[in-house]
Amino acid sequence: MLSSKVINESHGQDSSYFLGWQEYEKNPFHETLNPSGIVQMGLAENQLSFDLIESWLDDHPEVLGLKKNEESVFKHLALFQDYHGLPAFKDAMAKFMEKIRGSKVKFNANKMVLTAGSTSANETLMFCLANPGDAFLIPAPYYPGFDRDLKWRTGVEIVPIHCVSSNGYKITKEALEDAYERAHKLNLNVKGVLITNPSNPLGTSTTRGELDLLLTFTSAKKIHMVSDEIYSGTVFDSPEFTSVLEVAKDKNMDLDEKIHVVYSLSKDLGLPGFRVGLIYSNNEKVVSAATKMSSFGLISSQTQHLLANLLSDERFTTKYLEVNRKRLRERRDRLVSGLKKAGIGCLKSNGGLFCWVDLRHLLKSNTFEAEHSLWTKIVCEVGLNISPGSSCHSDEPGWFRVCFANMSDQTLGVAMDRVHGFVEAMVMNTNHGKQKRTMWDSRRRSLINKWVSKLSSVQCESER
Amino acid sequence: MGILSRKATCNTHGQDSSYFLGWEEYEKNPYDEVKNPDGIIQMGLAENQLSFDLIESWLAKNPEAANFEREGQSIFRELALFQDYHGLPSFKNAMADFMSENRGNRVSFDPKKLVLTAGATSANETLMFCLADPGDAFLLPTPYYPGFDRDLKWRTGVEIVPIQCTSANGFRITKSALEEAYKQAQKLNLKVKGVLITNPSNPLGTTTTRTELNRLLDFVSRKNIHLISDEIYSGTVFTSTGFISVLEVLKEKKLENTDVSKRVHIVYSLSKDLGLPGFRVGVIYSNDDIVVAAATKMSSFGLISSQTQYLLSALLSDKNFTKNYLKENQIRLKNRHDKLVSGLEAVGIECLKSNAGLFCWVDMRHLLRSNTFEAEIELWKKIVYEVKLNISPGSSCHCNEPGWFRVCFANMSEETLKVALIRLKMFVDGPSSTTRSQSEHQRLKTLTKMKVSNWVLRLSFQDREPEER
Repeated sequence: MLSSKVINESHGQDSSYFLGWQEYEKNPFHETLNPSGIVQMGLAENQLSFDLIESWLDDHPEVLGLKKNEESVFKHLALFQDYHGLPAFKDAMAKFMEKIRGSKVKFNANKMVLTAGSTSANETLMFCLANPGDAFLIPAPYYPGFDRDLKWRTGVEIVPIHCVSSNGYKITKEALEDAYERAHKLNLNVKGVLITNPSNPLGTSTTRGELDLLLTFTSAKKIHMVSDEIYSGTVFDSPEFTSVLEVAKDKNMDLDEKIHVVYSLSKDLGLPGFRVGLIYSNNEKVVSAATKMSSFGLISSQTQHLLANLLSDERFTTKYLEVNRKRLRERRDRLVSGLKKAGIGCLKSNGGLFCWVDLRHLLKSNTFEAEHSLWTKIVCEVGLNISPGSSCHSDEPGWFRVCFANMSDQTLGVAMDRVHGFVEAMVMNTNHGKQKRTMWDSRRRSLINKWVSKLSSVQCESER
Repeated sequence: MGILSRKATCNTHGQDSSYFLGWEEYEKNPYDEVKNPDGIIQMGLAENQLSFDLIESWLAKNPEAANFEREGQSIFRELALFQDYHGLPSFKNAMADFMSENRGNRVSFDPKKLVLTAGATSANETLMFCLADPGDAFLLPTPYYPGFDRDLKWRTGVEIVPIQCTSANGFRITKSALEEAYKQAQKLNLKVKGVLITNPSNPLGTTTTRTELNRLLDFVSRKNIHLISDEIYSGTVFTSTGFISVLEVLKEKKLENTDVSKRVHIVYSLSKDLGLPGFRVGVIYSNDDIVVAAATKMSSFGLISSQTQYLLSALLSDKNFTKNYLKENQIRLKNRHDKLVSGLEAVGIECLKSNAGLFCWVDMRHLLRSNTFEAEIELWKKIVYEVKLNISPGSSCHCNEPGWFRVCFANMSEETLKVALIRLKMFVDGPSSTTRSQSEHQRLKTLTKMKVSNWVLRLSFQDREPEER
């Protein structure tokens, strides 16, 4: 009756998320109204710099009022559905992206395709670059949403490039070749590599060396290189952010027709609700096809208008990027030092809205079952919704993604206190003996059972 | 191995070449009352520009809605972060109410069965992804909106098989046409998953009758397939024998909560009724929970900006506004429609009798040199280049009879419409093609030849505006 896409439900929304989300939604933390609720640390949102945007809006009331030089632009915007996008907005986006890259790369608005969010951009790129049954290689761990965005309606497969903690998750030549071969063994035609730079969930930017390696690899195999640079504006520490386009330029590949960049304002500007994404490509055919496909997810002209004005204000964008980075770094430092006090380490990061946290020493065994068990405890007993590495296709159990930019300072403090309490209790627990463990065990068992029975009724969105 | 996908390199996005020419000519030489009075008048764009003043005046009185404010408080942060694919509850409630109001409250819509999408373009494609597999087919009555060739087929791999409707009976959908289309699909080894109608019809401008709706429900019931009713023009019905939604007929036949009701899905949008195509507001409505759940997840690929959801939730929750708007908009549309129809009548051109939409389905068969599509294109080129009106030839809408054209009337000022009618009159009254002088014939032939080769050259460089309904 319905399509196989619906019946097979291969949208890949991870069930463990469901439990975490559900628990959070049943009992969300609130500083005053519900101080014992669950703190949401699984949501990669940037809530740190809204005040800067709000104050700009206050200074420019005519923009929201749909007026320009005292003339109404309402009618023009109401009718504007040109899939080439509002020119002023594309120009402003190009300038903004250049600024983020310290003007080391130039963006041409004609090579840009606007989409309703990078979710749409990524799927559209797959439709343009790959046929059903083709594969893209993606370094793991990766954003769980890719299982839906890249595969669901496109029929494209993902083959992970294994990255491990022993070398800081750096992408190696061996790992690339290994992934390529595995794809072939599965009879999959590899169409390209897709990286997220800076990485979600690692919070690290791809090094120049890795980018060079990647471009050498994709060039040799004659396949595409897609770089999702959605977090590019969140790089707050050295090494500086290096875009794939910069390295391409160095290798005289800057007009290469197989390199494509995806961007969005959901993370840098904290505006996921406005649905602003884009594809950038030197490949005319890709730009042309993707532009037509963007009909299926255009950005509201009302929103294009607002952001065209916001982002063409150079004074605003310069200040915003600087202040935003500073605030992100401070938050990250607070989380890292808070965890350190509890004897918990993180992967050294230089960007993103989260840390990749090492909880391997708290696992009962080096298994994903133990990771799930620990995660359930953290959600339900410690009251923190964090993301288990398995949901990001991590190869090693015990790593978790913990977000830090979607809450107030106070809330982060509460979360840190709870972590300290939890770790202390764990230490005590090994001394206390069986009683407490039995209680936790049975509660955990009942929660895991609940989780298993709900495997077929996934309801929430997966967040980056 | 091709470097790009088949979808990127093929032409099944269906953007029709004849349109390309018309659009290109218009863009090179667009009419402007003052600056370019000899330019081409755009009559191929199904936009509703007649009632913006009503919305603008509401916006002026209610600045909060566009200013991210609710009851004096800023809700900017809340909206900036709101990406829940279940949609802004206040907006879905307002849409559900608006849709009910549009149907005289004879049916009521449950916001829980609504899925928000970035335009009806997205809604229709999403429904295909949910209801059909690559290689399956949907039956569509002809003539139909050219954009469907892209929206329903391109990335989904679904096929369209036409249900042939003819002027002999006012293009009504008959039982035999339905059966014929179904058989045709089977001959082509295509599994039919459903029927999709646009009600009111684009390009006909007519509402589907109760008889047709009953017929359709019987058909999909017997064949155990889906029925999609794209009701994007439901608010443009300007006569009192108004709009009947398929949901109404379901109710009348006491088929609610039955299997067949689960296979009836509605698509809606604010692009035509409210004239807001730029805001990308579309909706799927379904009684099937699984479809709603799947379409909701798929809407991630085309969510409506929260900024826009909020603005429109405020606008549409204002019942004074909606009541007045629907009424006034319909009066203006009828007015315009009547002007076009009488203007055409005055030069001996008939239209299909219509009661809705932003266009008329115009009968120019008597102006054809021969009853062929070549003659239709020839006439169309003349109208574009000489009469300087960009109208849509019936062949681009898959009409199976040459000589019909869709002519839009709501996307221009009244004066411009007058100018268009004057030009048509001059064309019709002027020297007929058989007595045209040799030199004019030569000129036309050269022009046509030149344009055709341009056209052929451009077949692979289609990068023009998306189709307007």
